[in-house]
Amino acid sequence: MSGDPKIAIRGLRKSFGSKHVLQGIDLDVGVGESLVVIGGSGTGKSVMLKCILGLLQPDAGSIRIDGSEVVGLSAGEREALMRKFGMLFQGSALFDSLAVWENVAFGLIQGRGLKRAAAREIALQKLAAVGLGADVAALRPAELSGGMQKRVALARAIAAEPEIIFFDEPTTGLDPIMADIINDLIIKCVKDLGATAISITHDMASTRKIADRVAMIHNGRIIWAGLKSEIDRSGNPYVDQFIHGRAEGPIRMEVRAR
Amino acid sequence: MTERNFLASVGRTFLDFLAVTGRIVVFALAAIFYALRPPYYPRLILRQMVDVGYYSLPVVGLTAVFTGMVLALQTYTGFSRFAAENAIANVVVLSVTRELGPVIAGLMVAGRIGAAIAAEIGTMRVTDQIDALTTLSTNPYRYLVAPRLIAGFTMVPLLVLVADIIGVFGGFLVSTYKLQFNAASYIQRTVDFLQTQDVAAGLAKAAVFGFIVALMGCYNGYHSRGGAQGVGAATTYAVVSSSILILVFDYVLTEAFFAR
Repeated sequence: MSGDPKIAIRGLRKSFGSKHVLQGIDLDVGVGESLVVIGGSGTGKSVMLKCILGLLQPDAGSIRIDGSEVVGLSAGEREALMRKFGMLFQGSALFDSLAVWENVAFGLIQGRGLKRAAAREIALQKLAAVGLGADVAALRPAELSGGMQKRVALARAIAAEPEIIFFDEPTTGLDPIMADIINDLIIKCVKDLGATAISITHDMASTRKIADRVAMIHNGRIIWAGLKSEIDRSGNPYVDQFIHGRAEGPIRMEVRAR
Repeated sequence: MTERNFLASVGRTFLDFLAVTGRIVVFALAAIFYALRPPYYPRLILRQMVDVGYYSLPVVGLTAVFTGMVLALQTYTGFSRFAAENAIANVVVLSVTRELGPVIAGLMVAGRIGAAIAAEIGTMRVTDQIDALTTLSTNPYRYLVAPRLIAGFTMVPLLVLVADIIGVFGGFLVSTYKLQFNAASYIQRTVDFLQTQDVAAGLAKAAVFGFIVALMGCYNGYHSRGGAQGVGAATTYAVVSSSILILVFDYVLTEAFFAR
């Protein structure tokens, strides 16, 4: 990574009661870079993402976007900062009371004050960019398949042409073919926008496809970060166990009989 | 030792109660703060008003008419022992406008609207839709909570106004058709006895009850956790807490308006 980072995280900590989820995360993401954060369930990937987005307040540490500190921003400043971000949620998080096009145009109408007609035009363009026709625009999210919902969520994430896009488990729950289609769409959309992307996933096929760089989180810390091409010779036993999906190794999953 | 454990438990419960009360007050103040600042959402407010007001009319109207009818019957049963049957019109109009109209309408709205608000916002919470709102530069208090509070505060008084009329009409029906009172003199007694203050106090109570129902629905939905079970629990808390608060505030407001 060269130049000043787009996102710089230092010493990020977050606990829920006695559970210390993030224990000092240090991470840089360069401008236009696609970083994939891998790690087991409950290791703090989603919590880290929510701290960057301001959905959770960190207990300690610093998060800088374009060199400016964003921890502790006021609600108004946070709303303005959100215009830089797009987010694809794991379960899509589409608004089920709104039509598909209204979901895609939501940020344009509510966040940027665009007229509904103009926002609808942009929404249709973005739906086309993710391979969905105008016939889908008037449907409700509940009428779509899981893969189509993911595409709509992707269209919503890129509708306002954000500088930074987050992808939370973008391929979870999809069949391998649809997962690959979503991966291709993510690569295309991120490159077209020239955006910086952070994805969190367990899916190594997805990681190998969409990442420029990979970081692994374990026990609330980044234990390895490097180029995608370096991941198979990281020399880190935790990374090796994770990318090969071995039950045996230094990572012990918590499995309790209930 | 047991005594100490008991006291500790009472203390903990009391502290929890204070903490929850504080959180609800902070939540309400935040919602009011954002409701007063642009951008406003007139379309959403109108939709909530239709949901709270128009669609609650049948259930509130039905309960009001039967409440008025039962009130007339029971008053007759009691008052006829003292040859005071003529006071039925007075008792019905006073009871309905001051107490039963607002309380019955408030409880019905708590069951119908409070539960719906908690379930809808709770589902949005557990499916990350509220987080999605935030990432789309939209304040959830302004977009979700404020329109519901405004609708509850403004529409429940209108519902109660209708409930008052229907409730008094229910008493009139029983008194004239079943108890053979003279219709003209019943109406005359109702009009003579009714004071503006009675109706106004009832409507003021209704505004407070509407706010409470919407607030408890929003608060419990907003803080629901853990999937379908969490949403179910939030719905239950919303209905139970708003029903209890309606009865508590009914006493407090009655004391404030009518205590001599």
